[in-house]
Amino acid sequence: MGNGTAVQDIATYADAPVNQALTPEQKVEFLREMYRIRRFEQVALKCYQQGKMGGFLHLYTGQESVAVGTISLLAENDHVVTAYRDHGHALAVGMSMEECMAELFGRSTGCSKGKGGSMHFFAPDKNYWGGHGIVAGQTPLGLGVAFGLKYRGLKGCCLCYLGDGAVNQGAFHESLNLASLWSLPVIYIIENNQYSMGTSLERSSAFSKCLAARAEAYAMEWDVVSGESLYEIRAKTQVAIERAHETSRPTLLEIDTYRYYGHSVADANAKKYRAPEEIERYQTLHDPLRLWKARLIEENLIDEATADQIDHEAREEAESAVRFADESPFPSEKEIYSDVYWEVDNNTENGRRGRHFFND
Amino acid sequence: MALITYRDALKDALAQEIERDENVFIMGEEVAQYNGAYKVTEGLWKRFGDKRLVDTPISEAGFIGLAVGASMMGLRPVVELMFWSFAYVAFDQIVNNAGCVRYMSGGLIHCPLVIRGPANGGNNVGATHSHTPENFLANIPGLKVVAPATAYDAKGLMKSAIRDNDPVMFMENILLYGEQWEVPEGEYLVPIGSADVKREGKHVSLIAHGRAVITCLKAAEILAAEHDIDAEVVDLRSIRPLDEETILQSVRKTHRAVLVEENKPFCGVDAQIASIIQEKAFDDLDAPVLRVSALDAPAIYSPPVEKKQLPDPQAVIAKVLKIC
Repeated sequence: MGNGTAVQDIATYADAPVNQALTPEQKVEFLREMYRIRRFEQVALKCYQQGKMGGFLHLYTGQESVAVGTISLLAENDHVVTAYRDHGHALAVGMSMEECMAELFGRSTGCSKGKGGSMHFFAPDKNYWGGHGIVAGQTPLGLGVAFGLKYRGLKGCCLCYLGDGAVNQGAFHESLNLASLWSLPVIYIIENNQYSMGTSLERSSAFSKCLAARAEAYAMEWDVVSGESLYEIRAKTQVAIERAHETSRPTLLEIDTYRYYGHSVADANAKKYRAPEEIERYQTLHDPLRLWKARLIEENLIDEATADQIDHEAREEAESAVRFADESPFPSEKEIYSDVYWEVDNNTENGRRGRHFFND
Repeated sequence: MALITYRDALKDALAQEIERDENVFIMGEEVAQYNGAYKVTEGLWKRFGDKRLVDTPISEAGFIGLAVGASMMGLRPVVELMFWSFAYVAFDQIVNNAGCVRYMSGGLIHCPLVIRGPANGGNNVGATHSHTPENFLANIPGLKVVAPATAYDAKGLMKSAIRDNDPVMFMENILLYGEQWEVPEGEYLVPIGSADVKREGKHVSLIAHGRAVITCLKAAEILAAEHDIDAEVVDLRSIRPLDEETILQSVRKTHRAVLVEENKPFCGVDAQIASIIQEKAFDDLDAPVLRVSALDAPAIYSPPVEKKQLPDPQAVIAKVLKIC
């Protein structure tokens, strides 16, 4: 069973083989990836406020270390499925800011051709299977990806992310049961940012030690991870990945993290259900980006000026993505009817037979 | 040609497709070791083993969602629902994931998935086990819905459904499982999206799907023998995509239509068919389009009364006599 121990000395995690193996360039690259996510979200927020996009915008700001740290460990046959707060994972798997920003703007150059929006980013070529809007609805999909790997005899796993608000949905519990019962190589990662929309963890979930300990009921390994440290995230997630690769056993990880903005930008009560001091405390003391930067300076890998330069480049990239999105066309109205049925899109005999759409 | 049951026709189709494509597997409650709650998969576990016949816990949202995820990866799951009524606990997985993921990904993903099982009333199991969700599911662009009425169509449509690259909702009927029809042993396909004229006639078109087709065929015999009315019976077979041409051709020939289904009337499949007929064949009609549906209440248990809740030949004949 999982250890559920308190955060150990950070040096321990830095000494983990998977972190010892890192080159200085890789460590700096993690900083760059976290800056890219942060600046992408910041610029997206600005554009939202300018009315350049509609709907929801669930920002990942504050949680960057989770996507960057976990996804940095993945190999060829490892896959990712996540929920609606999906921009960070998308950038971490290597999707471009341009295709992501254009999707937010509803443009045809978006990753989903402007048909999915903020909550529905996909890149199957990068083993990234979305981007799903219904809380916990993605958890059986992660199971299916893992099942597919095992069926084909591939050594891989699926990282399936969910929020702390998803842990009380039936689909999630059904998934935990099946994952353990059938020994599927899936790693469920609860990104515990303390709030399910406006309801705090204490007001939404009954638990004894922590959320991840619910795995014990399903005879599944679990662990709790501090989201403050990339070293810890990588060290503990690697244990789960090796378990999945070597024994095909699932794991439930709970990564403690925090979101700086509301549930979405449309969260009218974003400033009411928690004190501003709480957010400030996280930003000052627990910010994963700030802490990683300090760590790299301490390790003499960068100086402040280099960090500022990386930050500057990330901002530039995000601004450039806005220009790209602004200049891109909206999908045509005709496009409403494509990408509904594979057989129709591919003009097969099946796709040509019978009526598929029922307007005049 | 051999007479075989609707059940065995389905089983033959499943076995042939398992043999044909290594990505095809069957998953569901009691499908393997128990041989299937309604014996559709009888013997397949012994023949093909654990990998291709997967027994699940009672966990429809979990295993249907799993099947959607596996189909995204290129596998071809055939999921059995013991009753289609149980789909309601997995509705999010079917509608949002199977039905919408292709669209939301801008066409990057597709789901070659079949969900199959009985979707019918008339089995004395009360309202919760007697649902007919073909209309709900046909309302979801991205899903396909088929409902075979005979063993021949069951086999041919199942093989087409498994080879189709979109999610196909396959509606069977417990009351048909034991009925026999002539079915070829070898390979043949019944294409999705094509209706079938099961009986030629000239006075009125009876348009139906699933077991209601059998009801219409019986009604047509009586209409011919006792009322000198020659009814044509059109079996939709596929609800979405819909073979509109065959429907309209029949109505243009007979100038009268009675639509028959075991679904409830409000927003039923036949509401859509009626709309199409009035829009596209209005000038060909000599009478209003009439409908026969299940009586509009939850499925009653009481066995003799339940029989009256579903369309029977007499109910169809009564409607036909109103317009002929």
